[in-house]
Amino acid sequence: MTTKLIKFPGTALGEDDFSKQKVLFNYDELKGDFAWDTGIAIGSYLAGLKAGIILGARCTTCRKIVVPPRLVCEWCYRPMEEVIPLQDTGTVNTFSLCYVTWDMQRVKEPEIPAVIEIDGASPLHGIMHMLGEVDPTKVHIGMRVKAVWRPAAERAGAITDILYFKPIEEK
Amino acid sequence: MGLRKVAVIGAGMTKFVRRAQETAKELSWQATRMALDSCELTIDDIDAVCLGTAPDSFDGVHMNGEYLSDGAGAWRKPYIRSYVGGGTGVFVPIQGWYHIASGLCDVVLVVAEEKMSSYYPHAQAAFMTIFDHTTERPLKPNLLWIFALEMNRYMQTYGISKEDIARVSVQHKRNAAEHPCALLGDANITVKDVLDSEVLAWPVQRYDVSPVSDGAVAIVMAAEHIARRVTDKPVWVEGVGWALDTTHWTNRDLAYPRYVEYAARMAYDMAGIREPRKEINIAEPYDPFDYKALHHLEGLQLAERGQAPQLYIDGTAARDGNMPVCPSGGLLGVGNPIAAAGLMKIAELFWQLRGEAGKRQVPGHPRRGLAQAWGDLMQVGTVMIMGR
Repeated sequence: MTTKLIKFPGTALGEDDFSKQKVLFNYDELKGDFAWDTGIAIGSYLAGLKAGIILGARCTTCRKIVVPPRLVCEWCYRPMEEVIPLQDTGTVNTFSLCYVTWDMQRVKEPEIPAVIEIDGASPLHGIMHMLGEVDPTKVHIGMRVKAVWRPAAERAGAITDILYFKPIEEK
Repeated sequence: MGLRKVAVIGAGMTKFVRRAQETAKELSWQATRMALDSCELTIDDIDAVCLGTAPDSFDGVHMNGEYLSDGAGAWRKPYIRSYVGGGTGVFVPIQGWYHIASGLCDVVLVVAEEKMSSYYPHAQAAFMTIFDHTTERPLKPNLLWIFALEMNRYMQTYGISKEDIARVSVQHKRNAAEHPCALLGDANITVKDVLDSEVLAWPVQRYDVSPVSDGAVAIVMAAEHIARRVTDKPVWVEGVGWALDTTHWTNRDLAYPRYVEYAARMAYDMAGIREPRKEINIAEPYDPFDYKALHHLEGLQLAERGQAPQLYIDGTAARDGNMPVCPSGGLLGVGNPIAAAGLMKIAELFWQLRGEAGKRQVPGHPRRGLAQAWGDLMQVGTVMIMGR
C-alpha cells in the first residue's frame, strides 16, 4: 500500500471551518419520546424497590442467583421461576471517579459509579449504581456498602428509589 | 466442512479524521473506489456488497445501511448491512467470507464506514442508549463508565499498574506515526504524557482513549479461482469466529473477556492453530482503550491472564518483536471510526502479509495474522485469521 499508494482520500475540517463559515452545514434537532414497558421480571424488581427490597432470581438448574431478576436463565435457557429477596448490602466490585458529564463537560466533584455485588446473589453478580456519602480518595474495591433508600412515601418503583450506596462503618 | 477458500484481493481506505468534509456516502465511495482500483476490478465484477456501520443514532438517519448503499456500490446487487457495535468492523468481512465460502457468490465487496462527527455536540451521547432503559439509564450513565469500571476491575484483579497500561497507548500512537491515514500518530509520546493527561473517569485518562473519528475502509474478497487470476499475492482467510456474552454485564467477570475466547477458539479450530502464541505472527486486537488491547490479548490466548502487559515490557509486541501488536497504530493511533476501525485492521493485515505496508512493514515476512474487534455492551467478540 504505502509502497504503491501515496495519496489517500478524505478532507479534514477544523473548528475554523465552522466558526468562520468556510463550509456550509445543516443543523437540526431530533426528538423522541418513549414509554418503556417494564415487563414481567423487571416489573417485579421495580415493585420490590418500591417496597424497599432488592429482588433477584434463582435458577434451580444452574444454582445461580442473579440480579436483577429475569424470566430465562441465559446459561441453561430454562425458565427462572423463583424470585427471591436479597440483602440491601453488598461489596464494591469495581468503581470509577468520573469527572465528565455525558456531553464531555468537566465537573469538580466526581460522580462515583460502581458495580456492587449484592449480598445474597452469586459471586460477581451485581448491579450498577452510584456511591455517596464517601470520600472519593477512600473508595476501594472490596469496600462494604449499604443502600440508602428514598423515603417510602416518595418511591416511584424505579432504580432511583435507591439514592446511592454508602460505606458500612467498619467497627 | 465443504467450504470454499476465500481470499482478500484488494483494499482501500480514507484518512481517519476528526471531522470530514465528505459525507458518509462520499467516504464510502472513496474507500470502495480505492479498493476496486487496487485489484483492477470494476463494480460490474462484484456479485454482492456487505456493509458495516454503527448505530443509526450517529448519523440521525434511520436505516443508515440503505442510505449508504449507493456510495458502497450496492445498487441492483444483493446487499446486507450488519451491526454488532464495535465488533462490526471484523464481523462484516466474516459476512463477506460466508457469502463466498458457501458458494453463493464469487466476488464480494466489503465496506465499513463511520461518520461520528455529525452527532452534536459530542458522539459520546449517542452511546447512552446502549444502557438498559429501565435499570441503568435513570442513573444518567455515560459511556466512559463501563470502560472505567472494567479497567479498574482488570487492574485490581491482576495487580496491573497505570504505567503498564500506558505503554500500550504509547506504542500504538508511535506506530501510527508511520500510517498515512492516522489521526493521532505521535512518534515522541511518552508514558509520562499518558499518565499526565486529563482524567476523564478514573482510571481512564485522555490518552487512554481512542479519538472520535470519521472514515471508511473497503476490501474486495474473492473465491480461490478468481483470486488466483486477479493477483499473485492473495491473502487467505484461514479462520473466523464470533460469539456473544450476556447483556447483563454486571453479572459477569469483568476482568476476563470470555466471549473473545469463544470467538478465538472457533477461529483457531478452523485455521488448524494449536499454539496461537507461536503461530500468529501479527496481532491486531481491538484497542479503543489501551487496557482493552491487553484484555483482548488474554482473551485471544496470546497471553496468560494478567500477563499481557509483559508483551509490551519485553518488546514482544513491538513492530520488530516476536509478535507485533497493532503495527498499524490501532484505534488509539489511527483513529476509531467504529466499524471502519475494525476493517482497518483487516486491511492492515492484508498489506502486512503482502509486504506492502511501507514504513510500517513488520520484518521477517510474516505468514499469519489475527484481527479482532469487540463491541455492543462489552459482549461481542469477532475474530479473523489471515495468512498467505
